[in-house]
Order: sequence, then structure tokens, then C-alpha cells
Amino acid sequence: MSPTPSLEPDMPPPSDPPGGTRTPQVSYRQARPLAGAVFEVGGLSVFYGDHEAVRDVNLSIGHRQITAMIGPSGCGKSTVLRCFNRMNDLIPHARVAGKIHYHSEDLYGREVDPIEVRRRIGMVFQKPNPFPKSIYDNIAYGPRVGGFKGNLDDLVEETLTHAALWDEVKDKLKTSALALSGGQQQRLCIARTIAVQPEVILMDEPCSALDPIATAKIEDLMEKLAEEFTIIVVTHNMQQAARVSHRTAFFTADVDDKGERHGRLIEYDETSRIFSNPSDNRTEDYISGRFG
Amino acid sequence: MSVPQQRPRSASGSPGFLKRSQPRYGEKVIKVLLVAAALVSVLTTVGIVIALVPPTSDFFGEVGLGEFLTGTEWSALFNPPEFGVLPLVGATLLITLIALVVAVPLGLGAAIYLSEYASSRTRTVFKPVLEVLAGIPTVVYGFFALKAITPFLRDNWWFDQPPQIFNALSAGFVMGIMIIPTVASLSEDAMAAVPHALRDGAFALGSSRMQVSTRVVFPAALSGIVAAVVLGISRAIGETMIVAIAAGLRPQLSWNPLEGMQTMTAFIAAAGIGDVPVGSTGYKTIFAVGSLLFVMTLVMNLISIRLVRKYREVYE
Amino acid sequence: MASSVLEHDAPPGVPRLKGRGTPWRERFFRLSLWTSLAVGVIFLAGLLIYVVYEAWPRLDSRIWTNFPDIIDPTNAGAQSAIMGTIWVIAFTALYCLPTGILAAIYLEEYADPERWWNKLIEINIQNLAAVPSIVYGILGLGVISRGLGFGQTVLTASLTLSLLVLPIVIIASREAIRAVPQSIRQASLALGATQWQTIRLQVLPAAVPGMATGSILALSRAIGEAAPLLLLGGLTFITFNPTGVQSQFTVLPIQIFNWISQSRAEFVSLASAAIVILLVILLAMNSLAIWLRNRYARRW
Repeated sequence: MSPTPSLEPDMPPPSDPPGGTRTPQVSYRQARPLAGAVFEVGGLSVFYGDHEAVRDVNLSIGHRQITAMIGPSGCGKSTVLRCFNRMNDLIPHARVAGKIHYHSEDLYGREVDPIEVRRRIGMVFQKPNPFPKSIYDNIAYGPRVGGFKGNLDDLVEETLTHAALWDEVKDKLKTSALALSGGQQQRLCIARTIAVQPEVILMDEPCSALDPIATAKIEDLMEKLAEEFTIIVVTHNMQQAARVSHRTAFFTADVDDKGERHGRLIEYDETSRIFSNPSDNRTEDYISGRFG
Repeated sequence: MSVPQQRPRSASGSPGFLKRSQPRYGEKVIKVLLVAAALVSVLTTVGIVIALVPPTSDFFGEVGLGEFLTGTEWSALFNPPEFGVLPLVGATLLITLIALVVAVPLGLGAAIYLSEYASSRTRTVFKPVLEVLAGIPTVVYGFFALKAITPFLRDNWWFDQPPQIFNALSAGFVMGIMIIPTVASLSEDAMAAVPHALRDGAFALGSSRMQVSTRVVFPAALSGIVAAVVLGISRAIGETMIVAIAAGLRPQLSWNPLEGMQTMTAFIAAAGIGDVPVGSTGYKTIFAVGSLLFVMTLVMNLISIRLVRKYREVYE
Repeated sequence: MASSVLEHDAPPGVPRLKGRGTPWRERFFRLSLWTSLAVGVIFLAGLLIYVVYEAWPRLDSRIWTNFPDIIDPTNAGAQSAIMGTIWVIAFTALYCLPTGILAAIYLEEYADPERWWNKLIEINIQNLAAVPSIVYGILGLGVISRGLGFGQTVLTASLTLSLLVLPIVIIASREAIRAVPQSIRQASLALGATQWQTIRLQVLPAAVPGMATGSILALSRAIGEAAPLLLLGGLTFITFNPTGVQSQFTVLPIQIFNWISQSRAEFVSLASAAIVILLVILLAMNSLAIWLRNRYARRW
């Protein structure tokens, strides 16, 4: 495990902590108040068949902020993420109970159209998954299926510029997206998502398949996009959560007597507090690398 | 970014903004169409049953079930007619047995070779050979059995009684070659599904490749291999053209493979070719024998499907 | 030499890693496996050589310019059978390919495999793939020809053959659809595409090569089938080409069977020549299928 961002209670003075090992200097991002939350989640449970994979999650997601969800494998953080744009609908026998309100509208209401939901709440996946088509067609796909009537060429250029990818690909828009490097593919997938002009972007461990340089580029992009989009990112990488997020949710899994795992939300707070002064021992154990 | 278009979608809006923006009737129509296409396969089975059952039950109104199943004389289209199906069943079983004697060892040998021994280059040579063998029309196999294999056997026979012009041996042998691809490719699938960890474990204990193949992979893939053989039996029982051409049309209860004999399928084909008056008892025998054939292959197929599922459940 | 020193000075009791050569049982096992494949290859080679040898005197344009002639086999040809095959297969493709591909899409993309009716459809298709072809002939005779009253026509034959190869088309198309990675579907759905948009714009384009390969192999099976058509009564001497789906017809396998049944020696070469034509058609289709498969090998 590479150095965790400080465990010292009082961060971040730009000097070395007194008498301790040197820890990297971290400046946490300032979280804004949660008023006017994009998502309100209350008593959320997710079932796969009879198995309750996630139990009783309560949290609110702030507007135009980056929310990180961290925790050990199998703690249900990706499952929760997939509730936000109803991707869990696609898993047979998956069932969601509890409240997820999106701007006060019940996301799982009877009249709600999951297609409409996904046009507002986009998603980027763990492994880059560009379509086996040209770069241009990858970007244009979302707008096309959504019935976009404007000038596609302009939209593609704007989107790629926005995603800081334009200069790298402007001469090869018609070549296959599969010829790009892994990091470029993932940024293309992010660009493809914002081409639909969503409000929220969900990212499911977007950098886990990438090298550190490509990861840094994605993180830069996330910070830039946070000015306009609400981002929720699931990550295994605690430095990433500490670096980019405003708020952090820590999940872990309880094992019951039958040996089944149930994901729980342990602590949800401003990132600076989670990493400097967590209120739960399990959070502290996890971020200090003692567990997970 | 000053382009207004690029602004993210405005957040809330009026209540119900997540409702369907336009009705998607197309999606529903398409789903109905897809279900209808899937139901064609069910209708096929229903059609087969409809084609078989009424004439068969008519037939058993005229001929006793016991007489049909236990009689040893078959001359359905002659006078006086005899409706004992055992000669047809016996011929079918004898020729199937000959086919299995050829196909099981050769098919399994080919499967083990392709799965455990062959380099990827050898596979690219031999796999198409099996595919071509599987793709040759059975009428061609029948022609080859009658015009090449049988004369060869008759010219080079070492024992006193050479095979007749129409005989079960040539038909069974050629049918065995025909079902090699069926046995080999299904068995190879089953062996390929055996996890590599099992092989590695055995190799690590110092086993030779033969020991790994016969004592680890073969038993682990056994249910799939049995499924392959059972499916091969089903194909052999149902094969028509080879036996109609090379085994002859004389119904007789005999276990001598050097003689000609008529199988169930060959009878159906012969009756179909000949102008049997529609509605006569002779016409209905086509359906009665067809029903028996359908039931026999159905049982084989269900056993095979069951076994394939079993090994898939274990390893996939 | 260092190596020889090491070899000679190995202390007693240390095992040497040099084997004692492959035991004869291993060699024999390997040889018998190899022989199993060789038998198939030799049989195939023998069959092809025999057929071409027998066909040689008749391998000229007469086989496709002339019509069957029972009186004068030396001038007979198989034009009506070749044309009949083309007609029947064209309509078979028309019926079974759309149906098979749509059914495959339903089973892979929409059906919940846990539901009993979908399990039933699944087992049903697997069984139908192994039902003897002559039973399809009985279906064609009892239901399509007589029940629906379509008679001994191209229409009846192509409907019968469509049902016969439908399971093959479905199984092959399902495999092609299944080979498209789930991540592509998820990406499309996450961008707000509907399920059908996802299938039409992402899944099907990626699955087309696999489906084409399977479809060609299914059709080549239909081209070689004789048994089900025997029952439909296609065996009478047809000395004219089909003019429509209501037309009477014969096809190459039936014509070949017919000639095999004749006793005069001339018919053996005639049958062989027709077999060569049939095999060339099938070989061309198989090669196309294999080429398609290799040309569009999966990119992910």
C-alpha cells in the first residue's frame, strides 16, 4: 500500500507533522453544503433474489460535487452506484427497496422511464468499453439514439474539447476507437457520456484498469468536469478519493451467521473529515490500511 | 465553454420530468415479433405431434398394439399384410450398433487427440476435415457405401460367405463414419470444459499425457462424452438415406450383418416413394412407424440434453 | 568440459532428471489417437477420389444444360434438379433466416432463462435439432402438403426444410449474439439507448459475421437433405424447371437418389457427376462460411 494521505487528526498544515513519518501533503477539496441535493437516499436496500446485498443506506449527493464511495471488495458500493441510473434493472432478480429521490422525484416511481433516467444520469465503467466503431461514432451514439437534431459535427468537437481529448484525436475521428490507448479509451467513454448532456456522471472504478499517468489525466478531467456535472465515483484507490472528492462514503460488509455478506454504509462525511478524523474505527482501520 | 448547447441538462423541471418523453410502441411491437419467432419452434413440435398422432391412433384402431410391437413379420404394403414391427426395429438397432462400433472409438480418439495432444496448427488442419465429413449429404454416403464399400468387401472377402449386394455391414460402417463428427465435436467440447487446474494438478504429480487424458480429463468429461454418444445413437437411428440406399428394402429379423434388411426409416422412405393410397392402412403405417421413431429419438435426445446440462452446471 | 564433469561427478543418490524415453504405451496411445483422425481423412479422400473418378466421363456441360432422361442416360443432365435446388433453398433461406435470427434475439436478449416457458423453448429447440429429418418429412406430408393443401410444390419443400434447419440457425445465431460482450450493451444502455436500439445498433452489427457463418452452414445442410423431400413425392421425373413456388420440382439429392436406384451402369457416372456438382456447391458454401468466420474474428 502506497502512503495513505495522512492519518493525523489536524490536517492540512503545509509542514511536516511533528515528529512523525513524513506523509504527503494533501489539500482536501472544500465540500459545499448539501442543500439542494441531487439525490436523497433513505433506507436503501438491494436484493439479488433472496440475498440482501446492501442494507439500509442513507445519504445525500451534493450538486456539482464529486462524491467518492470507498470500501473493501464486496461491500456493495458498485451495487449502490448502479441504483442511481437503474442499471440494476438489467440484472435478473435484482430488487431495490427504500427511497432514492432525484430532485425530489422518486427514481423508482411507477411512471419513471429508466431510459429517461439514464439520459440524465450517465455512467462510466470499470473497464474502458468503447463501441467497436469510429471515435466520431462513439461520441455521436448517445445523441443519435436520443433523437438529437442539431449539428453532430459541432457536438462531437465540443464534447471532445470538453473532455480534453480533441487535440489527441482530431486527425483520426474516423478511425476505430479500439486503436486508442487504454487511458484514451476511458476518456473517450467519459466524453461519450457527457455528449448526452447528463446532469450526473456515475463512475465505477474508472481508473482501475489504467496506469498511473492515465489515471492522473482522468482525475484532472474529473476535477474539470465537476464544475458542470455532479460526479459519483466508486474507487478502490483511497488516494484518488482523497485527491478528487468533496465527500466520501465508506462502505463495508457485515457477514451474517449464514456466511452471507451484506454491504453497509458506515460513514459519510466531507472527505477531509473521513481521511483526517473519521468517527468510526472501521473507517480509520480501512484508510490506514489495517483492514481491507 | 460558452456554447449553450453544451450546458448540462437542466436539473429538475416540472414534476414527472422522468416520465417517458415519447411512447415507444415500436419496442413493444418488436418484442411481440420476437416472441412469435421463438414460438415457431414450439409450433414445429406441435405440428409434428399433429402429423403423427391422428393417423397413428387410426392405425391402432385397425392393428393391435401388441401385434405391432411383438410381431416378427413385416409386410405392411403387401397382401396379406403383416404388421410386426420387430424386423424394422431389429435392423435399425443392428445397423446402429455397427455404426457405434466404428464411431465411438474413432470419434473419442479424434476428440482426445484434438483436445489434449494437437497443436493449434494440427487443429486448424483436422477440424475442417471433421466439418466437411459432417457436411457431406447422406445420399452421397449411401452411394459410396453401395457402389464402393460393398463391392470392395465382396471382392476382398476372406470368409466363405461374401456380403450380399445390400447389406447392413456397409451401411453401418459408413453411418459410423458419418457420425464421427457428432461424437467427436461434442466430446471435445466436454473435454475443453474440464478446468486446466485439474490437468495442471495431475501433471504436477508427474502424470504422463496419456494418464492425464485417460484418468483425469476423460472421467471429468464423462457425462458430456456419454451425451455425445447418445446423440450419435439418435442420429444413427434416424438416418434414412444411407440405409435406404445400401441396406436394402427387405424386412427381415436377422442378426447377420452380411444380409440386406430394412430399417424403420428405410420403410418410411420406401412407403413414401411408392404410391400408397391415402387413408389405407398401409398409408397409416408410415405414421405409426414414424411415431415409434420419433419417440425413440426423443428419449435419446432428452437423455443427451440432460447430460450436457449436467456437465455445464459443474464447470461453467 | 564443465558439463561432463557435472554429469560424471553427480553424487550418488541424487536423482537424474533424464527420462528413460517415452514408454511404448504412451507411443501406442498417441498413435491410435492419430489413427482415429487418419481414418476420417482417408475415408474422405477415398470418397472424393471415387466420386470424381466415376464422374469423370460425364463431367461436362451436359450435366447442367440437359434434363433428366430415363431412356437415354448418356445425354441426360440435371438442370431441372439444379434449378429446383436453387428455388427451394432460396425460399428456405427466406423463411428460416429471419425467423431463426429473431427467435435467437428473443432467447438471448429478452427471455428470462429461469422461466419455465423459456426453459421449455430451449429444450424444445435442442430436441428439434436432433429429430430425424424423415420425421420432418412426415410433418411436411401430413401438415403442410395435405393439411394446409400446399401439395407437392416448391413452397411445401422450402417450408419443410426451413423448419428442419431452423434449430441450427437459432443455435448458431444465439452463439453469435452471446459472443458480443456484455460491456457493450451496458455502455449503450447507460447512454440512454432503448433495448431495441442497443440490439439493432450494437449487438446485431457485431453478431452478423457469426450469424452469417451459421446460416450458411444451416442452408448447406438443407441443400443436402433428401429424406424429408422423398416423402413429399418429389421423386417423379421432373423434366422442367420450377416457375414459381406453386411449381412441382425436384432437387439434386433426390435426382441423385433416383439415379442410384437405376441398375444400368451409365447411371452410376451420371449420379457421380451430379454428386460432384452438389459437393462443389457445398464446398463453396463451407469455404465462404470459414472465410467469413476468420475474416471477422472477434476484435475484443
